[in-house]
Amino acid sequence: MTRRFALVVALVVLAGFTVAGLAQAAPPKDPIGVVTIKKGQPIHIAYWMVVAGPDASLGTDTKRGVEIAIQDQGGKLLGHPIKLSGQDEGCNAEGGQAAATKIASDPTVVAAIGSNCSSAARPGAPILWKAGIPTVSPSNTAPYLTDPKRGPEYDGYLRTAHNDKVQGAVAAQFAIKKLGVKTAATIHDGSVYAEQLQAVFAEEFKKLGGTITSQEAVAPTDTDMRPVLTKIATQKPQFIYYPIFIAAAGHITRQVKEVAGLEQTYLMSADGSFSPDFYKAAGEAAVGMFHSSPDFSAFAAGYKGFLDKHQKKYGEKPIAPFHAHGYDAALMVFKAIEKVAVKEGETLYIPRKALRDALYATKGLKGLTGTLTCDPYGDCADPRIAVYQQTAENIKKLVNPESPFWKPY
Amino acid sequence: MPAGRQGPAGVLRHDRSRVRLRARLFCKRRPAPPRGDHFASKDTDAMARPTRSRLTPTDIVMWTIGAILIALILWGSIATLARGAYSLDHWVDFTIFGLAQGSIYALIAMGYTMVYGVLRMINFAHSEVFMSGPYTAYYVSAYFHRSGLLETQPVLSMAMVFLVSMATSTLIAYLLELIAYRPLRTAPRLVPLITAIGASFFLQYVFRGLYGSGFQAYPVIKALEGPMHLGPVRVLKFQLVVIFAAALLMLALYQFTQRTRLGRALRSVSEDKEAAALMGVDVDRMISMTFMIGGAAAGAAGVLYAIMFKQVHFFMGFIPGLKAFTAAVLGGIGNIPGAMLGGIFLGLVESIGPSLFLDGLGITAPYQLKDAIAFTMLVLVLIFRPTGILGERLAVKKA
Repeated sequence: MTRRFALVVALVVLAGFTVAGLAQAAPPKDPIGVVTIKKGQPIHIAYWMVVAGPDASLGTDTKRGVEIAIQDQGGKLLGHPIKLSGQDEGCNAEGGQAAATKIASDPTVVAAIGSNCSSAARPGAPILWKAGIPTVSPSNTAPYLTDPKRGPEYDGYLRTAHNDKVQGAVAAQFAIKKLGVKTAATIHDGSVYAEQLQAVFAEEFKKLGGTITSQEAVAPTDTDMRPVLTKIATQKPQFIYYPIFIAAAGHITRQVKEVAGLEQTYLMSADGSFSPDFYKAAGEAAVGMFHSSPDFSAFAAGYKGFLDKHQKKYGEKPIAPFHAHGYDAALMVFKAIEKVAVKEGETLYIPRKALRDALYATKGLKGLTGTLTCDPYGDCADPRIAVYQQTAENIKKLVNPESPFWKPY
Repeated sequence: MPAGRQGPAGVLRHDRSRVRLRARLFCKRRPAPPRGDHFASKDTDAMARPTRSRLTPTDIVMWTIGAILIALILWGSIATLARGAYSLDHWVDFTIFGLAQGSIYALIAMGYTMVYGVLRMINFAHSEVFMSGPYTAYYVSAYFHRSGLLETQPVLSMAMVFLVSMATSTLIAYLLELIAYRPLRTAPRLVPLITAIGASFFLQYVFRGLYGSGFQAYPVIKALEGPMHLGPVRVLKFQLVVIFAAALLMLALYQFTQRTRLGRALRSVSEDKEAAALMGVDVDRMISMTFMIGGAAAGAAGVLYAIMFKQVHFFMGFIPGLKAFTAAVLGGIGNIPGAMLGGIFLGLVESIGPSLFLDGLGITAPYQLKDAIAFTMLVLVLIFRPTGILGERLAVKKA
């Protein structure tokens, strides 16, 4: 009997403490949920980027941008250390889904940075948002992701990369106004990124008075591009636009000169293959071809300091075009967390819905890529796209060209 | 008779072999009766009747599908040719591209078909055997490139690259058999299959660990670059080299299995392991040999692949491996000339097919459907010839 009594007393006392504890903490209310971070625990941010396989340079580059942003914060935010964990999204839909599911299953994740490839974001972003995790992408450029018709499941999605409505148009203007070509063919690889980019290009090219001879497609794993190039050659376009990824773009670049009738054709790709890895894949065949990419010379003043830190930390120059966007994505997340986090004693509360709203409310944030202001659909970039030409010099050294060849502005 | 038609009947198969045994016992002097002979008992009768005399609904559906596909192909081809978008030169180009790609498939397919012939298993790790050679030999070629030997002595240095690649692939294939398959030789059929898939992943990630997750590009060999003219036909030099090298290797391999003592021993093992062992053939050694020959062919195919496409990475074997396996089935698995034919057929279909069949049907971006066409062709061949173009060459006992 006394034992049972003791048990009851213990339970009552315990319950009392719990109630007292709750009353004291009073966490903020949030329709989705609140992340509680106790004293000494880290603020957990997850990246999902392509850090393995043939397109790994793209993900490694943005990941380094995020790491430098954390370093600039001194590794701490609001007195808590910042923890960065990551998943490989593989640059495809399945990989994006798997990476997002894995991140979504971890309740400590406050926000995510990624994905790199639009194909991965398409299934991945809704999975994260279902778990209340907003994600800021440093390099997705497919127009669909921030389209007004994209649907509420993408409400947690934002990006610091440019929308390809801009990039595709710049490529078309360059072809017509600078090179003076009249006919062009496009090749995509079935990815969301490439398919939409070449569609924007084709539309703008036709609007400016050019003719699209054919819009072809390959698989990203294809190696023998000669047949499809022969098919393109039957209509003798002056310009071939293939905004695809490194491996396939490398095969096309090498093989295009081997196909009769395409020896003099201008070649142009986009930021997805604007990387030293691509120069390795394409070799000397890439000399003279064009790439559209963010204009590094138009970046903010802080970019130079960033490059120095990058060189010091990783011993090389950035290996793909989106490191600064990665940095800015992390910066946006930090600012938004600072804005909405509630500190009660030693404990930090981060309301999820409020965090998402704060991200969308980003306005006039001075990042490396320019001044970031988010529109109601999550496009936050300050896009300045320029065209670069590859020279024998930079291909040999395996570095990106220094200054743009042509700017639309 | 394809395995699918035997139904769930381990029991039935058992029955049948007993039936055949009975048949053999009773009719010693006569040649073995065809399958489905009158000795078959009532319950196995339906199954054992010759294919020609029965027409099941499945057959009708299959033949209809086949007929529709053929009609579509013919229609598409005629429409394409009538439009005249491609000149004769283009078709010649397509054919040469297809031949070059096809000969690589054929060389890889050799490994699949020989292993199947001997062990009745699909060696899914063969694509990694294929990858290991050229990926390793890349470092040799890069060294020669840096030291300038590739420029001054292209033949000698390429011979070294070939040697290293073939040696690596051979070694990997040998170890694969020794470690992954030999202990499981008596296990049920599905076990080695799963092991093969496991070994495939294992090898992929071993090489990822060794050489990194990025990819490497073979140096350009100046002597092999650029087009040359064979009469009116314009070919790229390296395609010529690829086609000839592959043809030479396949011929050598075929002669080896047909003409040499070792080749005969190999064939005897594939015919009947127990009998071969009784005749004094070292079965284990012959099986190792099969894997090693397949590995050497894959290693050579790997360098040819690298000459054609330059890029190598740890995942490079997957797609060519899959295609080569398809080629082996297409030609009749277990059959060496079949694998050669299947590979070249597949390469040609992939190269010519999209333009020829789909362009006329008004399908945009036909090359995205390259693989779909290749596998449609496989379906088509298997509908009309369930055992592949040249037929499976298996000892009756094991079929």
